[in-house]
Amino acid sequence: MSDGIGARVKRKEDKRFITGKGKYTDDIRVDNQAYAAFVRSPHAHAKVVSIDASGAEAMEGVLAVLNGAQLTGDGIGNIICGWAVTSKDGSPMNMGAWSALATEHVRYAGDAVAVVIAESQSLARLAAEAVEVEYEELPVLVSTLDALADGAVQIHENAPGNLIYDWEIGDAAAADAGLAAAAHVTEMEITNNRLSPNPMEPRSALAIHDEAEDHYTLYTTSQNPHVARLVLSAFYNVAPEHKLRVIAPDVGGGFGSKIYIYPEEITCLWASMKTGRSVKWTSDRSEAFLTDAHGRDHISTAKMGFDAEGRITGLKVDTIANFGAYMSLFSSAVPTYLYATLLSGQYNIANIHANVRAVYTNTVPVDAYRGAGRPEACYLVERMMETAARELGKDPAELRRINFIQEFPHETPVIMTYDAGDFDGNMDKAQAAADTAGFPARKAEAAARGKLRGIGYSAYIEACGIAPSAAVGSLGAGVGLWESAEVRVNPVGTVEILTGSHSHGQGHETTFAQIVAERFSIPIENVQVVHGDTDKVQFGMGTYGSRSGAVGMSAIVKAMDKVEAKVKKIAAHTLEASEEDIVIEGGEVKVAGTDKAMAWHEVGLAAYLAHNLPEGMEPGLKEGAFYDPVNFTFPAGVYIAEVEVDPETGVTEIVQFTAADDFGTIINPMIVEGQVHGGIAQGVGQAMLEGVHYDQDGQLLTGSYMDYTMPRADDLPSYTLEHNTTVCPNNPLGMKGCGEAGAIGTPPAIINAITDAIGTNDLAMPATPHAVWRALQAASVATAAE
Amino acid sequence: MTGEHRIAASREDVWAALNDPEVLLACIPGCETLEQTADNRMIAEVVQKIGPVKARFKGEVELVNVVAPESYTIQGEGKGGVAGFARGAADVTLTEGDGETLLSYAVHAQVGGKLAQLGNRLINSTSKKLANRFFDNFSAHLNGPEEPADTDQSNAAI
Repeated sequence: MSDGIGARVKRKEDKRFITGKGKYTDDIRVDNQAYAAFVRSPHAHAKVVSIDASGAEAMEGVLAVLNGAQLTGDGIGNIICGWAVTSKDGSPMNMGAWSALATEHVRYAGDAVAVVIAESQSLARLAAEAVEVEYEELPVLVSTLDALADGAVQIHENAPGNLIYDWEIGDAAAADAGLAAAAHVTEMEITNNRLSPNPMEPRSALAIHDEAEDHYTLYTTSQNPHVARLVLSAFYNVAPEHKLRVIAPDVGGGFGSKIYIYPEEITCLWASMKTGRSVKWTSDRSEAFLTDAHGRDHISTAKMGFDAEGRITGLKVDTIANFGAYMSLFSSAVPTYLYATLLSGQYNIANIHANVRAVYTNTVPVDAYRGAGRPEACYLVERMMETAARELGKDPAELRRINFIQEFPHETPVIMTYDAGDFDGNMDKAQAAADTAGFPARKAEAAARGKLRGIGYSAYIEACGIAPSAAVGSLGAGVGLWESAEVRVNPVGTVEILTGSHSHGQGHETTFAQIVAERFSIPIENVQVVHGDTDKVQFGMGTYGSRSGAVGMSAIVKAMDKVEAKVKKIAAHTLEASEEDIVIEGGEVKVAGTDKAMAWHEVGLAAYLAHNLPEGMEPGLKEGAFYDPVNFTFPAGVYIAEVEVDPETGVTEIVQFTAADDFGTIINPMIVEGQVHGGIAQGVGQAMLEGVHYDQDGQLLTGSYMDYTMPRADDLPSYTLEHNTTVCPNNPLGMKGCGEAGAIGTPPAIINAITDAIGTNDLAMPATPHAVWRALQAASVATAAE
Repeated sequence: MTGEHRIAASREDVWAALNDPEVLLACIPGCETLEQTADNRMIAEVVQKIGPVKARFKGEVELVNVVAPESYTIQGEGKGGVAGFARGAADVTLTEGDGETLLSYAVHAQVGGKLAQLGNRLINSTSKKLANRFFDNFSAHLNGPEEPADTDQSNAAI
């Protein structure tokens, strides 16, 4: 089947996207629509003394000005983190109260204190300016390191010393023993810079309350509408699930930032009930910088020991993770189960221990951002490996090969069981494609031009296909992480796939249709993928953690298995053959080796006519399935970056970038390449351009594209992409996932390359020209002083 | 950020002008109202544009550390609604000499909210511009238009 698994099918959804026909939340308008504008704190930490809304309320066209006291008074619950991480002393994490509209305190610049509902967006914003809020300013805490200092500003009463949890994994004594036995120990302090997610479409919500039915509909920019409904219902008491419909229509990118339930969506729902009007809110870019959950922001120290042959004897890591002012929905899991569990990298390390402390600061909440924990782990491990290779005088590829895991399944000391992989094969492919043997000649040629050329490796591994429900449940997750699907064959033979995965740029409407086209031997045009609406789709856990393929498509496969079984029963009955002899091919359902056949659509019709079905068979042809994975999946690969640095200016150009990935089975290579390209671009952004900064008063300095640099086309090289496939043994299609790999594998490859070029390891992300130039100057001063 | 202006007037005259709400109203750029509420306390409304953000700030202006007729600190804080807030202080010192007065100042400014998010990179240059304009206005008020002194050290401090 030309549109089946492995075909480079053009994306079905792109026609509407590239012709401006996509329908996003802000495009949806209803008759009685009013608009919300939020009054936000300009202070990073303050008591709210009073709110005087009289001026705003008096303005024509203003319907209401609502505040936190009213919101909590109506029983709207606090925003919660849904993953309970327990400290090593057994105490629960210290979750501070977070009301959708602040009541007594504001804890970051941008915290919402009131909302204005008005007849137009501009009126709402004007009126928001007229709301007078009196604050009593409190001392501000911004720095991750200062958060745990004695006498630090207290942000939440129930989190003494701003500590959310003090968690560990692995065996500390074993790791210490491994380090003590080492012939060489590499030691580093590693910072993972804070990032702003920047999806192209900002967040938006349209809340509709039907007073007669006491029913709510929420259109919103969500990666997981069912999770949104569950949380809005179970924790925020907006409405019970059967009285709340959540629709996430076309969504323009998420990168994690649209997993969470934010104050604005909750407030719009509540305000629609309060005002009797539908309430629309759309973030502008400034609000997005100010309030979308940020990513990363770790400070770590690490020690890695090696024996005389270069084999790793132990790894010990201490990390502080900045959570911002409040615990966002999955924040607790990111620096623990999505980070520390990957610290074994691709290596056979018998002894690992990691300690993670999470802290509050007066900054916007931090949560999962493309890769979520795994980029932080990969960056740490791969910076350590490259640095160790330099210290040991070993080839960095060779040092990695010495330590690569060779046998699968492999159980790491940080609770992961890698199921399949070919790490040497990934390295072989990457090195061949990057012509690493030719690097010295290229370096010499660059030197002749006055450029410093460097090469950097990164051998990443990640845990995707999130996640086995019982396993994550035992680790504190408040939800199961299965996926569901329904496959409906219509009487005319066309097929609708209802999936709990959500597509916001990933191309599900194409790839999901491809596996159906292949299985039922029908044209891809005859398959429609339905997602993003809790009234249409049975249930679902949404899209994040590269789970839509490995988990979402596996659910579709399970449902297709059931459909296929019924199709074969109907065909066997009609064709008077044995079920075992029925095959589906060439658009027909036929008896193998004979000319007895039914057209595919005839089977669908027969199922719905029900004039002649096998005895006892129910009419119709639709089946549902829930798929719960038995393990994570483990995409892995080797990335090799080559850069040239201008020593006079620090300007760095990526001159070559090679990615050799093992994603398991690939459904659509073109879409996978697109995911890798996008991931690498975000990785380059983190490594060289992006970084969120607050001043000491907690004011966001990088609050617009004037000050926060996103990668542009001319910052990026042409990529060389290779695939080295080992099939995942734990799901029916053998898929591993590809959505996050680029963002995970890229940063260490880039920084390893730049530090190789400039001959000093003292360089933090983002490696802007200024940072690179300063590192060069510092190194030359240090050399001169010796 | 610091600066100096030479004013062709006696220190007593300069001091009196610096304490006259009407003079301040006329000289503070964008100042629309300024009302004395107590000794050394005023309420002001100032319209200012910093980068892309234009806002009307309402706030108090206060004179502290007053050592007549030598020096004071003029400090103020304004709320600009959704635009955020701005606060600043200028230490002003008057030195006599040659029938004229040397006015030295050191300005500190801080902003918050949308102003900080969009305009922080412009705060130094804007503060410098506003301070210069104030003292230009002020010099002009006392002795007609005059060039800023060569000793302006604003750049050095940025």
